[in-house]
Amino acid sequence: MKKKKELVISLVLIAVLIGILRLMEINISPQSKWAMLMTVLKKGSIYALVAVSMNLLNGFTGLFSLGQAGFMMIGAYTYAIFTIPADQREMVYMYYNGGIVKFAIPAICGVLLAGVFAAFFAFLIGIPVLRLKSDYLAIATLGFAEIMRALFQWDTLGPLTNGSNMLRSYPTPASASVIYPFVVSGVCIAVIVLMINSTYGRAFKAIRDDEIAAEAMGINLAHHKRIAFTVSSFFAGISGALLAMFQTNVQAKSFNSAMTYEILLIVVIGGIGSVTGSVISSFLFIACSEWLLRFLDEQHVIGEFTVPLMRSGFRKVVFSIIIMVIVLFFRQGIMGTREFSISGILNKISGRSRKAQKGEPK
Amino acid sequence: MEWLSRNLPYLLAGISVGGQYALIAIGYTMVYGILRLINFAHGDIFMVAGLMMVYLSASLPIYVSIPLVIVLTVLIGFTVERVAYKPLRSAPRMSVMISAIGVSYLLQNLALYITGGLAQQYPAIPWISDQITVFGASTKRVTVITPFLTIILVVLLVALIKNTKIGMAMRAASKDFETSQLMGIKINSVISMTFIIGSFLAAIGSLLFFSNYTGVTPTIGTMPGLKAFVAAVFGGIGSIPGAVIGAFIIGICENLVMMANQYVSIDISNFKDAFAFLLLIIILFFKPTGLFGEKQTDKV
Repeated sequence: MKKKKELVISLVLIAVLIGILRLMEINISPQSKWAMLMTVLKKGSIYALVAVSMNLLNGFTGLFSLGQAGFMMIGAYTYAIFTIPADQREMVYMYYNGGIVKFAIPAICGVLLAGVFAAFFAFLIGIPVLRLKSDYLAIATLGFAEIMRALFQWDTLGPLTNGSNMLRSYPTPASASVIYPFVVSGVCIAVIVLMINSTYGRAFKAIRDDEIAAEAMGINLAHHKRIAFTVSSFFAGISGALLAMFQTNVQAKSFNSAMTYEILLIVVIGGIGSVTGSVISSFLFIACSEWLLRFLDEQHVIGEFTVPLMRSGFRKVVFSIIIMVIVLFFRQGIMGTREFSISGILNKISGRSRKAQKGEPK
Repeated sequence: MEWLSRNLPYLLAGISVGGQYALIAIGYTMVYGILRLINFAHGDIFMVAGLMMVYLSASLPIYVSIPLVIVLTVLIGFTVERVAYKPLRSAPRMSVMISAIGVSYLLQNLALYITGGLAQQYPAIPWISDQITVFGASTKRVTVITPFLTIILVVLLVALIKNTKIGMAMRAASKDFETSQLMGIKINSVISMTFIIGSFLAAIGSLLFFSNYTGVTPTIGTMPGLKAFVAAVFGGIGSIPGAVIGAFIIGICENLVMMANQYVSIDISNFKDAFAFLLLIIILFFKPTGLFGEKQTDKV
């Protein structure tokens, strides 16, 4: 009964959210100063997905992996390579005689294929890498991401990846509408949450808390680690495909280690081990870095007084100081390991009103 | 002889860049040995040292700016530890690592703000930056000096760790952090000392590195930093000789890739950076704790 009620409320809220997004999309023109908000919502939802996928690995399974940007890159490239319309290929692959892929698949199949390819690579990489522990695992996955990046820029693979030139002209539904990335990310995050709440999720948490104890309880360590790594990369690949759509072009050099660090920062600021925390913090992170602090980059004159320091680049300095403050003083992140849930809020409200009825102090 | 003059520049460059990586790698390995922290900001401290040299040498004579850069870099390393890492000493390891990433982000953005994103031309240091000819191969004098200077500094460092009181404290702290505290070792000063030594060597490394590769950009510290860390892990993190040997191997190997590039028909030059990681993954596959990881060599 209670579960049913929760489900109904969530569905209603999701419908309301989509409705609001649609309304905003219709009413906000690209010239208005709120146009940035749409960008933030699009990019934020994409980062939310990759942050949750990283959290699945770092927060729930305790595998410290830094390969996320690499898997995003595989996803982005897979999507771009297979969805560029056949008549555009001659122009995109102009240095490689139109490339070797001569067909195009529909966008949504491209997104799925992006996930599958990323997962496949993760499976292969996982065989040697997942035997390593903690920091060694981190540096090895980071290393693989860098090797991948070099590979994708390799001239010899040019007919497939267009070398170090960018891929473009593919369909970009996630850039056209804000609802597309929201729905795709939302569905993917829902799947991750279902997985976390399943027996697999419980096994992951057991591995995170104590590998030896988990093994003693009959959990196959290698098997579960491999599943966590592959699934996480699958969703990183999908978010890479979404990012490719959002950016409308793909270039391997942007998927560097700095990008992985950014995602890691989002995960930690949201709270390691909290899915909703990752989602909230990715929107906040993107909003701050792309939109809210923009005014710091411009020169301001109040009367005779010119505000000092404010010029291009100052936004990023302030932003990194904010991050340092959060890291130093709010170690648990926004949510810690708690989750934001509707029933929790409902309970709190009803609990409070009950207390108010009884006339008790809060 | 022709073979030599054709390939010697690559070998020389390899040995030289290996020495520069070694100087950075020592900072990583010492900090890791004591705090179990990957100090992601170390590569950016290296970059900041280069940038300070650019700005200071514009207004001061070179013999004043070099010592000043070294002192300031040491000061920055010390401050970063006190402000960003010390408050988190009892926090989980992940928090400290995130703090390090935060510092790295801050330093890069500060550099971006100050430079405006343009590559700054590193000043030519007299004598060091002069062109010389070795066995018919023309190169800068810094290429020849680097390995010798590196080895001298490493020998001095090892002597310091072996023979002095603070060195003994460092060894104790790296062996067992908690117990060494109970034994009355002032852990904070030991850690500060580690950062001071690390930043000092990074400053020297930046002097040598940027004399060869003269464009200083805000993100230039990332790759050498990452490779130096890879070198430290390669050699077995926590071990100073391991880090130095690892750094030389990685420096030489990445230039061997460039050398091999002359002879093969397909272009493999963009695997120069990736090759270090490939080596690391191969060594970790066979020895999961690096080359000298298991044997507890004089670990700091």
